[in-house]
Amino acid sequence: MEKMSRVTTALSGSMLTGRTMHCHLDAPANAISVCRDAAQVVVAGRSIFKIYSIEEEQFVEKLNLRVGRKPSLNLSCADVVWHQMDENLLATAATNGVVVTWNLGRPSRNKQDQLFTEHKRTVNKVCFHPTEAHVLLSGSQDGFMKCFDLRRKDSVSTFSGQSESVRDVQFSIRDYFTFASTFENGNVQLWDIRRPDRCERMFTAHNGPVFCCDWHPEDRGWLATGGRDKMVKVWDMTTHRAKEMHCVQTIASVARVKWRPECRHHLATCSMMVDHNIYVWDVRRPFVPAAMFEEHRDVTTGIAWRHPHDPSFLLSGSKDSSLCQHLFRDASQPVERANPEGLCYGLFGDLAFAAKESLVAAESGRKPYSGDRRHPMFFKRKLDPAEPFAGLASSALSVFEMEPAGGSMGWFVDTAERYALTGRPLAELCDHNAKVARELGRNQVAQTWTMLRIIYCSPGLVPSANLNHSVGKGSTCGLPLMNSFNLKDMAPGLGSETRLDRSKGDARSDTALLDSSATLLTNEDNEETEGSDVPTDYLLGDAEGEEDELYLLDPEHAHPEEPEYVLPQEAFPLRHEIVDTPPGPEHLQDKADSPHVSGSEADATSLAPMDSSFSLLSVSHALYDSRLPPDFFSVLVRDMLRFYAEQGDVQMAVSVLIVLGERVRKDIDEQTQEHWYTSYIDLLQRFRLWNVSNEVVKLSTSRAISCLNQASTTLHVNCSHCKRPMSSRGWVCDRCHRCASMCAVCHHVVKGLFVWCQGCSHGGHLQHIMKWLEGSSHCPAGCGHLCEYS
Amino acid sequence: MAEGENEVRWDGLCSRDSTTRETALENIRQIILRKTEYLRSVKETPCRPSDGLSNAVSLDGLNKLLAHLLMLSKRCPFKDVREKSAFILKSIQELGIRIPRPLGHGPSRFIPEKEILQVGSEDAQMHALFADSFAALGRLDNITLVMVFHPQYLESFLKTQHYLLQMDGPLPLHYRHYIGIMAAARHQCSYLVNLHVNDFLHVGGDPKWLNGLENAPQKLQNLGELNKVLAHRPWLITKEHIEGLLKAEEHSWSLAELVHAVVLLTHYHSLASFTFGCGISPEIHCDGGHTFRPPSVSNYCICDITNGNHSVDEMQVNSAGNVSVSDSFFEVEALMEKMRQLQECRDEEEASQEEMASRFEIEKRESMFVFSSDDEEVTPARDVSRHFEDTSYGYKDFSRHGMHVPTFRVQDYCWEDHGYSLVNRLYPDVGQLIDEKFHIAYNLTYNTMAMHKDVDTSMLRRAIWNYIHCMFGIRYDDYDYGEINQLLDRSFKVYIKTVVCTPEKVTKRMYDSFWRQFKHSEKVHVNLLLIEARMQAELLYALRAITRYMT
Repeated sequence: MEKMSRVTTALSGSMLTGRTMHCHLDAPANAISVCRDAAQVVVAGRSIFKIYSIEEEQFVEKLNLRVGRKPSLNLSCADVVWHQMDENLLATAATNGVVVTWNLGRPSRNKQDQLFTEHKRTVNKVCFHPTEAHVLLSGSQDGFMKCFDLRRKDSVSTFSGQSESVRDVQFSIRDYFTFASTFENGNVQLWDIRRPDRCERMFTAHNGPVFCCDWHPEDRGWLATGGRDKMVKVWDMTTHRAKEMHCVQTIASVARVKWRPECRHHLATCSMMVDHNIYVWDVRRPFVPAAMFEEHRDVTTGIAWRHPHDPSFLLSGSKDSSLCQHLFRDASQPVERANPEGLCYGLFGDLAFAAKESLVAAESGRKPYSGDRRHPMFFKRKLDPAEPFAGLASSALSVFEMEPAGGSMGWFVDTAERYALTGRPLAELCDHNAKVARELGRNQVAQTWTMLRIIYCSPGLVPSANLNHSVGKGSTCGLPLMNSFNLKDMAPGLGSETRLDRSKGDARSDTALLDSSATLLTNEDNEETEGSDVPTDYLLGDAEGEEDELYLLDPEHAHPEEPEYVLPQEAFPLRHEIVDTPPGPEHLQDKADSPHVSGSEADATSLAPMDSSFSLLSVSHALYDSRLPPDFFSVLVRDMLRFYAEQGDVQMAVSVLIVLGERVRKDIDEQTQEHWYTSYIDLLQRFRLWNVSNEVVKLSTSRAISCLNQASTTLHVNCSHCKRPMSSRGWVCDRCHRCASMCAVCHHVVKGLFVWCQGCSHGGHLQHIMKWLEGSSHCPAGCGHLCEYS
Repeated sequence: MAEGENEVRWDGLCSRDSTTRETALENIRQIILRKTEYLRSVKETPCRPSDGLSNAVSLDGLNKLLAHLLMLSKRCPFKDVREKSAFILKSIQELGIRIPRPLGHGPSRFIPEKEILQVGSEDAQMHALFADSFAALGRLDNITLVMVFHPQYLESFLKTQHYLLQMDGPLPLHYRHYIGIMAAARHQCSYLVNLHVNDFLHVGGDPKWLNGLENAPQKLQNLGELNKVLAHRPWLITKEHIEGLLKAEEHSWSLAELVHAVVLLTHYHSLASFTFGCGISPEIHCDGGHTFRPPSVSNYCICDITNGNHSVDEMQVNSAGNVSVSDSFFEVEALMEKMRQLQECRDEEEASQEEMASRFEIEKRESMFVFSSDDEEVTPARDVSRHFEDTSYGYKDFSRHGMHVPTFRVQDYCWEDHGYSLVNRLYPDVGQLIDEKFHIAYNLTYNTMAMHKDVDTSMLRRAIWNYIHCMFGIRYDDYDYGEINQLLDRSFKVYIKTVVCTPEKVTKRMYDSFWRQFKHSEKVHVNLLLIEARMQAELLYALRAITRYMT
């Protein structure tokens, strides 16, 4: 410790100088190590073992330690280490399992000092004790670690990892007796040098071999490990269990890792394959390296910081036979090239984006939508003054929160659940769906449904309607006007009920006028739809009447029963017609107002264009007059569906598609339909509306969609006794010939729905269990568990 | 007779659901009965010359079906299928149709049938393996039945093979089988070629390709050279080979495809070694696996002729083996004694560095002379030879003809550090699977040797592994190659060398003459070591070339 501090003071006297430079070696390097004076570096490899001095401008070869007639395998180095206390002492690990020490102080040409041939396999790593002059540690492929005292001829103690090869050994810098070793099977072990019998602690750090580890020079107990699984992990060993503090994902297996001096969170890594660069990471920002050195043309095999207290000089050796000194100020910084913009939607419709701070500052200054219900929130990372690169990559994060009400998709869920898509006549479906939509406050949708009913529900009535048409027509001119006046009178803010009431009143007056023709029509209808239930025929009558004059009929029926049901319809078709026939103005209106037509807004806005659309209304009447078949509207309906789909209301598009079925399908190309279906199904599944989504899948006519619920329809069951799959039948096991699922109440085999308690795993027939738990809260099997049924 | 309705679908039999299997079998029965009826009716009506051809064709079709049924009756892991197929065959026989019978003696010609596990008597773990294999391939091949001596390895092997052939990967399915055929054909392994020709056609491969490599796409033809070098002299692979494949304009391979292809090639080269090394018999339903002749005619089967292995020979070898029981007993004792000595004396007599280096060279040089004496050229069977060109290109030993190849040092490029990372990068998950397979093969031990228990065999296994790598010029710095000479006797070396380098020349005599006292399961274990070591050696050379190309 004392010597260390002396070094520090020495450094403060004369700062290191130099430049980024490299020199060519004669052979690939396997490892490098720096002398404690930071002026010399040793390079070792299979056929190279040299010491270079680091000058201002270049590397100068000082000494070639590879001497002798015939190069022996003892000189084929896998690793080299320079003692940090004694600048004359070096150790190498040879690929044939020999550990060699070298004394530079020897007068002869051959500096080889001692030879330890105790390992049977390649020695992967050697390590000197940081403060003790004579203690050397080695880790070998044979799974053993050995501790040598250089004053003796053989090892002092042997540590058995009880597993495969040791890949790295490192003495702790802070704890005198502790060292860490890493293994090929992914384990890291912690040893006390005094206790060779068993390791202090062992944990699995990586998936696959752990190639390297390094103790943090300042933070006691921080250990960085790198493995074949391309990860660098930082562990805190001071706690009871080793805790993973940080994890950096690199792009290739990690061969070496070295903490950067004087920078608490920085470490340098190099890889074993494919990737030739050296990266310096800030472990707190594990996605983009803080700095990158790209000098080498082949994999980097050894890295070392030149001085333990200088963070700006890094030395490296490589398979491309070169030795490099990298200067931090010359490093390339990937952060500069990164694109710090990002955009993401949250689960509840929140929108977040991150952008360069400069951009965001300008943006928030403008703030065009201030006062809007969407308020952006800004987050800004606090800058860490200790972190030199913070400014480069800093970006501001803005979050637009969805207003709770506006963001709520309750209407979607309700609509999906309550819509009727099949099983009833078309008119009834339309009416039902219109009603659902209206109850949810989505008037435009409701009107669309009613409109659809009007367009499509006149089977076989065309000739008679034609006749009646002229009758009704006479009265037409007056009526819309009356209604429209009423509507116009209303203040925009009025609630829908009041409006209903009013129109109800209006309608009654209408009825009086047109009583006779209405009766005539209904009679006809009733004949047509004999046998069907009341609402149906009267809806049909409704539709029929619409052909010439819709509101004529409604009041007539409204009187006998269910006035509440009928009246809204009479009130809204009126507006419905106005809104829907001229789609142009409506679209414009919507867009100008807000991208989302929420229920309340639609009400307010639909009033506004009414004046303008009245002129169009008369046109539409003219169309009706000429008795157009429903086919005529198919273009219109198609446009309407497209409109909804584009607006994002794919629910409407799909529902209409299903309800109308053959009537519109041919007008819309298969691909669009499929697209709508998949979007809607996806939405439904996100809201966990499994039943609805399944129904939609079933009702779809597109083959690509309907095959969705034909995949993986098998449910595999395992026997509860022998835990093996029950292949033939679901309730009896072929192997142990036992019935797997017995009902705890009736003690019979359950062949259908089986319900069981998640606490005690007893269960039985759904009905039986339900019944039982109504009377008792204990498990029917008598195990004493308090079962809950929800 | 419409062919469409008589299309036989075997895939229903692979289901784990017994009712599905039952209906599938019932369908097959119906079809066979219909065909039989048709044939009988044709036979009764006076034969016109034009009918003769179609008659022969449909008879051929029926015979194929019957052969497949025969296979099912013997090799299906599901008992119900076995019984029912046997029943159908029997009922057909009663109708007067000639039914096939299996040829040869079990899955292997080297191992007596009674030594090998019978289908139906396996334990639960093995049954699960069999069922998996059957479900994936629709058959239980002889290789599986022999490997099941070592279920732990078999599981890893099947998983890897299934992934290579059927799961996600850069190459289309028919390419994979075609590459398998190419690789197996290099060693004239008609067993694997037949299997994969069937699979190749099954996945929709173009039958024209099977007429020879020149009919396959240019892209696959380009691979021929790599296949040749890899199979026989992998140390000659350079980055120029790789570059030639990757930069061939519109016929070029992508790196991922190439790695997939290399893994497949090495897999099938070594599998061919296993096939010959264990004397795997032809599959029952393939040519040469069954006969329609009644058993009385002759005891003479095609496979024996092609391998120069007459049954008379077998008898002699067997009797010779029996005579020398006492000799071979001493063999095992001596081997164990040597192992013990090596263990103890290791530290005492330490060889000098020069000595160690020269030992490797000696071993390498010697390995080329251990060839079996009968070096006559075997001309490959006609149907196999058309899948590859340049039949004369075979294994040539190191520096026999004066060319010097630098030694490959494992410490500089090894599977664990380098090969794994490269494979896993370019063909995800496969690196992991192969790594597991190598580990299991290398570490597999039951701590037994012949009749001895509780023996540490790691030294012996390492010697075998390193000997094979030594033949390929791969050197471990930390291994004393003197050990090989101590532990592996000459007849064993001959066997290893033949299996690894020229598997087509393996004979039963070689198989019988090494380690005479050891069990068959142990000899299969040796084969597993051989094929995995060979695969790793080939992979190392190929991957090193790819790495060099990339840097």
